[in-house]
Amino acid sequence: MKRRLNWFLWAGFLVSVLAFVSYFLFFAQFPVTRDFPWVNFLLFGAAAVLLVVGLHRAFARASSYRGKVAGPILATLSTLILGFFCFAMFVESRQLPFADHAPRVGQKAPPFSLPDTNGRSESLSELLSTPIGVSSALQRGPKGVLLVFYRGYW
Amino acid sequence: MGIRPVAISVDAPNVSKGLCQRRGYTFTFLSDPQAETIRRYDLLHKGVGVKGHDIARPAEFLVDSSGTVRWVNLTEDVRVRARPEQMIEAAKALQ
Repeated sequence: MKRRLNWFLWAGFLVSVLAFVSYFLFFAQFPVTRDFPWVNFLLFGAAAVLLVVGLHRAFARASSYRGKVAGPILATLSTLILGFFCFAMFVESRQLPFADHAPRVGQKAPPFSLPDTNGRSESLSELLSTPIGVSSALQRGPKGVLLVFYRGYW
Repeated sequence: MGIRPVAISVDAPNVSKGLCQRRGYTFTFLSDPQAETIRRYDLLHKGVGVKGHDIARPAEFLVDSSGTVRWVNLTEDVRVRARPEQMIEAAKALQ
């Protein structure tokens, strides 16, 4: 009897690739799925189920299904993809230097003077005192300034 | 809310300008290409930028009109940023 293509194995592998790639291409854009990648772990779970069924078919029902060689290879690759994903999520993105001397609550914010997008230099004291908005109600300075330091190269 | 947001990174002014135009941002973007201010705030992250440049680790500071820091967020994970709700809560305390 001709043995059938074990598509569960291939589907499991493709779903694990999708689980990895979809985080960076799609789910990372939304905080609810970026902070903890639960959708991607669900996809990895689905991939695992597909691979387990596929391996069972390849070995326990070898007379009907192919995949004794492809099965273990695809399962290993999928496990490596999951491992790499976990590394990227939980280890690499936490490799941040300690900011022991960053200003704390109650300290004075260190002064600075930096160019804006038009090349015009702006200082912290200017930013704290220059009125925002054009309505007369806002002719005094802002209540505060939110400094957002980001990595750049967006 | 009366709070002025100011974004700071090592990007050059023209790079930030392009970003603002693409995304429609109207608030202030400042450039710190030598990372001097970033160093002053102890936020330097050496060598992880493009071509091995030093960049800032992500952080937010809410500074009141007297120049005193009132709220700090130093994320432990670059993927997890402060949510708008957290910042609004901190800003309300400045009334």
